Amino acid sequence: MSETTPQPQPGPNHARRVIVAWIVLSVIATPLVAIFVGPNIPPGNGSDQASQQTIDNTVMAAVITPVVCLLLVFFVYALWQFRKPRGGELTDGPPLRNQSTVQLAWVSITSVIVLFLAGFGTYELLQNGAGGGQGPSPIAVPSGTKLQVQVIAQQWEFTYRYPSYGGVETSQLVIPADTLIEFHVTSLDAVHSFWAYQLGIKADANPGADNVAFLKTKGPRTFSVHCAELCGLWHGYMFSQGKVVSSSDFASWIQQQKQLFASVAKYMPPYAHTYYPDPQRRAG
Amino acid sequence: MRRLLGFNLLTGIVLGIVGWYVGWYVAHSIVGPSIDYFGDIDYNELSVVLAYLGGVIGFLIGLGFLNYPFARLRGYPPSLREKETGGWGRYFSLCTDHKVVGIQYLVGIGVFFLIGGINAMLIRIELLSPSHQTFPAGTYLTLVGLHGTMMMGMMSSAILGPFGNYLIPILIGARRMAFPRIEALTFWLLMAGGVILETTVFFGGFPTGWTGYEPLNTQGNPGMDCYLIFFALVGISMTLLGLNMIATIVTMRAPGLTWTRLPIFVWGILSTSVLMVLAAPVLIATLGMALLDRTAQTSFFIPSAGGSNYLYENLFWVFGHPEVYILALPGFAIVLELLPVFARKPLWGYRLAISGLLGVSLLSWFVWQHHLFVSGINGDLRPFYMLSTELISIPTGFTFLCGMMTLWRGKIRYTVPMLFCLAWFFNFLIGGLSGVFLSDVPSDVTTHGSFFSMAHFHYTIMGGLIFTFFAGIYYWVPKMTGFQLNETMGKIHFWWMFIAFNATFAPLFAAGFLGQPRRVVTYPADLTFINQWVSVSAFILGAAQLFFVFNLVYSLVFKRIPAEANPWESKSIEWQLPSPVPVYNFSKIPVFSSDPYGYGEPARPVAVPASSPAGRD
Repeated sequence: MSETTPQPQPGPNHARRVIVAWIVLSVIATPLVAIFVGPNIPPGNGSDQASQQTIDNTVMAAVITPVVCLLLVFFVYALWQFRKPRGGELTDGPPLRNQSTVQLAWVSITSVIVLFLAGFGTYELLQNGAGGGQGPSPIAVPSGTKLQVQVIAQQWEFTYRYPSYGGVETSQLVIPADTLIEFHVTSLDAVHSFWAYQLGIKADANPGADNVAFLKTKGPRTFSVHCAELCGLWHGYMFSQGKVVSSSDFASWIQQQKQLFASVAKYMPPYAHTYYPDPQRRAG
Repeated sequence: MRRLLGFNLLTGIVLGIVGWYVGWYVAHSIVGPSIDYFGDIDYNELSVVLAYLGGVIGFLIGLGFLNYPFARLRGYPPSLREKETGGWGRYFSLCTDHKVVGIQYLVGIGVFFLIGGINAMLIRIELLSPSHQTFPAGTYLTLVGLHGTMMMGMMSSAILGPFGNYLIPILIGARRMAFPRIEALTFWLLMAGGVILETTVFFGGFPTGWTGYEPLNTQGNPGMDCYLIFFALVGISMTLLGLNMIATIVTMRAPGLTWTRLPIFVWGILSTSVLMVLAAPVLIATLGMALLDRTAQTSFFIPSAGGSNYLYENLFWVFGHPEVYILALPGFAIVLELLPVFARKPLWGYRLAISGLLGVSLLSWFVWQHHLFVSGINGDLRPFYMLSTELISIPTGFTFLCGMMTLWRGKIRYTVPMLFCLAWFFNFLIGGLSGVFLSDVPSDVTTHGSFFSMAHFHYTIMGGLIFTFFAGIYYWVPKMTGFQLNETMGKIHFWWMFIAFNATFAPLFAAGFLGQPRRVVTYPADLTFINQWVSVSAFILGAAQLFFVFNLVYSLVFKRIPAEANPWESKSIEWQLPSPVPVYNFSKIPVFSSDPYGYGEPARPVAVPASSPAGRD
């Protein structure tokens, strides 16, 4: 600035300090996040899909940890080190307008991170559909025999239909353990969303459209089902409890339901075609 | 008396009410008396729509928007300026001075921001308990919708309206905006819209939240029409505002102000304006179609009659995703504009910062289906939208890099505006990184539609936009009003708001991950503690804003300590003018020879100082 300013002394190497602190912190923090935090991020291990989402969340948490560390170290250091001394005269900093190496490094590192995350997410998605609704013609189809369950949403409850058991309909979702389930989600009125949070599955229910989601259950447990798309007045009350039960329990339960349902079934069209949307109809 | 009877807000309101009844009457003569609109049978949708259209037209006529066209028809000479030299009255009427419009915007948007905030407080009162107790479920949904719609619609112009209108002509060395009457029109349309939205409570409210998803939209009460008309008016206002900004910035820059010398704030406004001009018409058309579905028995969006609710979702998010960047980008611009002043360093990586802003604007068009990852639409396009969404973090990162490197080796002053800008980095980092989870399809399956996504967009919009909005207020209001804001109270407000904000929204990430869907009036009992904690924090956060209003009134009305011309010692041109800026800004159009960031550089001939009293053209 002015001529009285002495030539800048070769001061501390700020950049080296920040980078060293960042690397040290990242090396410590990243494994801690990956080992202790990641596996505890919901939705947990209620199904294969839920476990897979937890792995996904773990990977993302681990990847963003160094980013957080960098900004943390940078701001703590810069905001302390470069503050204007109290009461000191107002002087200008060095007129650094650009450093292309910094730009290049930043752009390449963020690009690599982003492309890795997108690639990893795509890979995980194509594994088994990650529990998300995929529309009428899913691209990520797990192999194996599947139990089809139709989820029919309406204001403000879900009805579950089991086509392979004579189209029996229930108001509680009970599914067998260690089984691959193929959910077909649709709606009779507004847009709803079928969300079994502990199982890591969510699929919007659209009127007149089929939305397929896959789920591989694990051991017996209970779970809750919520509507996750605002669907009108009693949206907040559109929840219920579901159960994953052993195969034998499921067999006896579905027999019981069939008997209960038999008195109603004669008044309904076979397999209730009125509910099930045309699977060929494109949803877009 | 004569002043009251002129064309001003009062006549606007009177004619607005008259127009409302005219529209109501006309609609009933169209639809016929068969529908008992006060009875329980059905509502006459058309009457609500036409009444509000008539009301808006009457309001605009009353404000005097037709005076000029009629004067021209009768042969009076063209004039670009109206009521610019009047006293207080110009703030309550159609005024073409961009500085008056800026202050009108600041006050008007501030009022509606507080109303939206009160709605949020009411929502949090209901959520104090896991069962539903305080409000009827329909009222609760209306509150949710009012809060969301008011904030998303009104706050789109939170920075472009007040600071864009006030500062853009000054920053580019002009004396006015390109279209001064359109500038005034954008403000009054927005105000009319805000009132219309609030009147939804007289028509049963609306159940859809701010997204207005079909076919729930078509099911809704006539209060839904208020939502549709509000958002359409906001869309018109945004389109015109953006158009005006683009025209001004492109055509009215002073000599020497090349594209690479523009303040980064102007670049931010320009990129936001482009988004506004291109995105808002989609919204207007979509809402027009929804309005036809409700009033004229079309079925664009009604699946049971051959329409498609996916069409609505697509069209809405084609607007809706650029919209969230319309909210976020001006925040980036304010941060990058203020950091050089308070770090006493030139903006680092000027071109990188511009490419960041433009990159975000461009990419924001290719990401909208990430709102529909689990909707069942085009399941095979999800990898593409996952990629494009994650790509946005690259240009967003440019803003971080440029801001951080501007701080590097600077001489940082912790003034109130600077604190708000620094908080932006903290908030937007959390908002952005939580966005990485939402952009990843497997993770989105759980987080979509939960409180996680709600916390995410509050971190980006409230933490990104509102914090920088306050930075702009503390930074520029002394220039706009000529009075200082109390700094101690400003710092208290900052820390109060920053801590309460994080205490409110950080736990909501956990609530979302633990299975609480958005917009519910009840929630699982094991989330009670989180929700009560959040509610109490939210009340503290609301109180922080009341404290800010107190500071504003105390400083501007009671204390009235005149502000210096350049309290921040900025090199930007607005600070070389007296506070408040005189009516015609510059006595002589300035000539620019550099950008405004020459801190620590040898003094170059800056813009011609405009300290002499401003004169007419």
